[in-house]
Amino acid sequence: MSDIGGPSVSPSSDPLGALGTQTVAIAVEAPTQRVAPTAWRLLLRRPTFLVGAAILLFWVVCAVFGYKFAPYNPLAQQLLAGNQAPSGAHWFGTDQLGRDMLSRVIVGARTILIITPLATILGTVLGTALGLAMGYLGGWFDTVASRIVEAILALPFVIIAFLFAVAVGASVPTITIIIGLVFTPLIARTVRAAVLAERHLDYVPAARLLGERPARVMFGEILPNVMPAILVEFTVRLAYAVFAVATLSFLGFGVQPPTPDWGADIAANYTELLAGYWWQVLFPALAIASLVTAITLITDSVEQVLAS
Amino acid sequence: MAAFLLRRLGLMVLTLFILSLIVFFAGQILPGDPGRATLGQFAAPSAVQALDHQLGVDRPLLTRYLSWIGGVLHGNFGTSYAYRSAVEPFVRAALINSIKLALLAFVIVVPLGIIGGVIAALYEGRGVDRVISVTGLSLASLPEYVTGIVVIVVFGVTLKWLPVTASAGQGAGVLSQFRHLILPAIPLVLILFGYISRMARAGTIEALSSDYTRTAVLKGLPETTVIRRHVLRNSLLPTITVIATQTGYLIGGLVVVETLFNYQGLGNLIYKAAVAKDFAMLEAGVLIIGVVYVLATLAADLLLIALNPRLRIGGSE
Repeated sequence: MSDIGGPSVSPSSDPLGALGTQTVAIAVEAPTQRVAPTAWRLLLRRPTFLVGAAILLFWVVCAVFGYKFAPYNPLAQQLLAGNQAPSGAHWFGTDQLGRDMLSRVIVGARTILIITPLATILGTVLGTALGLAMGYLGGWFDTVASRIVEAILALPFVIIAFLFAVAVGASVPTITIIIGLVFTPLIARTVRAAVLAERHLDYVPAARLLGERPARVMFGEILPNVMPAILVEFTVRLAYAVFAVATLSFLGFGVQPPTPDWGADIAANYTELLAGYWWQVLFPALAIASLVTAITLITDSVEQVLAS
Repeated sequence: MAAFLLRRLGLMVLTLFILSLIVFFAGQILPGDPGRATLGQFAAPSAVQALDHQLGVDRPLLTRYLSWIGGVLHGNFGTSYAYRSAVEPFVRAALINSIKLALLAFVIVVPLGIIGGVIAALYEGRGVDRVISVTGLSLASLPEYVTGIVVIVVFGVTLKWLPVTASAGQGAGVLSQFRHLILPAIPLVLILFGYISRMARAGTIEALSSDYTRTAVLKGLPETTVIRRHVLRNSLLPTITVIATQTGYLIGGLVVVETLFNYQGLGNLIYKAAVAKDFAMLEAGVLIIGVVYVLATLAADLLLIALNPRLRIGGSE
């Protein structure tokens, strides 16, 4: 109820508001421009960031060039060589159709590394726009949107995502869009909180007094100042996106067989675990774990650098 | 105080109403005809139409929503299309199973998470802190089946210490049920550990840098007393909220864990209902999850108010 805002300006506004804007704007913008290069240098000095980036780079190379350097064709079946334990010929063993697990793990990086960044970018763009509008416009729009966001957040996002996946069918584009949409309310909530903290700073009413339109105030003035919060949110969501993609493909709502995919390969083979064929699921599982850890290390470093 | 509680309850009812709308209409956009799905693709169109009429799915959306929500308010969740019998017993049994699993996970993770977070905070910025924080963060974003498979391989297949199926079978004793639930609980524990320890760490760091802690140290209290009496009591307040909000998340995790361990809980029920397009079952399951989440956050708010006298006066936000 305290968020009744809108473009009305309080009568006690400083008559020198226009002058104030410029000084405030300069004071706010000057450091952000200088921060960027130092942030990079600080990041590159952190060992956790370098380790995370190296692992991520490894999987990106696998995703792009995997088909070229995988030892076998990941789709080639050798029914007589099924369920073989790891050996010199097949480092990660073979699955029940005799496909080489090492090759499938290498090539399996592709889909998850395509969907994850695209979905996170989509969610961040939509969530930022919604959060800016909720935080800045306030009033009934914010009240209604906040209720809906809260109701959606009462459901675990895995459940929402697979409901959508059942409804529209699973493919790379639909999974990307679904995860992006599911992320939107989460990111909107964070951005809204950041905007509320900015909204009463002098530069916002000043920009309004200068006659700037709401869209220009939101995207031109407030957005640059909440950018660090959005950046942290983006990197955190990136790890969640890996989680979401891997979970959906495990549940059968991801890439369809026979395309190699870590989650789908685990789903196809985990029932054989009791027969002792552990290599068919353990190596894809470790691949997911290493990717998640890499992104977490990067996220943690970015947060530490931005906080310092 | 009373006004605050009333407003809080009012918002809760509103959230539940919106939730019921979302759940109902999301269930309705699932493509496919329930009559066709039940009778199979070779059934005569007239038989499909008759069944659709019997199930009431040929009525307008709004009528269906009103009759559905009216039934729900009386404890009647409708009829399962797949089982052709009332949804309610299935949902009830599944909910009880899920609660058992979730409770075990909570009992293990809450003390572990708090201890981990407090230790990390006491060694802020040093090696121990980095290890706990980064490990917690990584574990929190690992899909449950990844850690689930690792524990199955290690404890179930290699060491053969624990059973790898979650349900102990009919009429099994409490102890046997408990043994079967340990492995499925571990992935949930690992995920929640990250969140809870992170929050406990943040709360402890804030309490450590507060004036009252400095006063307690300066007046010469031993370090353990300061931590126990002044730091811990204040640092755990935000942790309670996180534990409550993670309840909803936990149920999402149950979908995967229950599928992996083939356990008949709420997550498994929703998953199977979604695949089978069993709307009534699906809607009931998802709505129950929402209700559990909303109630858990309410309980956390009340607990916070009870523990923190300052909130009793100030009221909202």
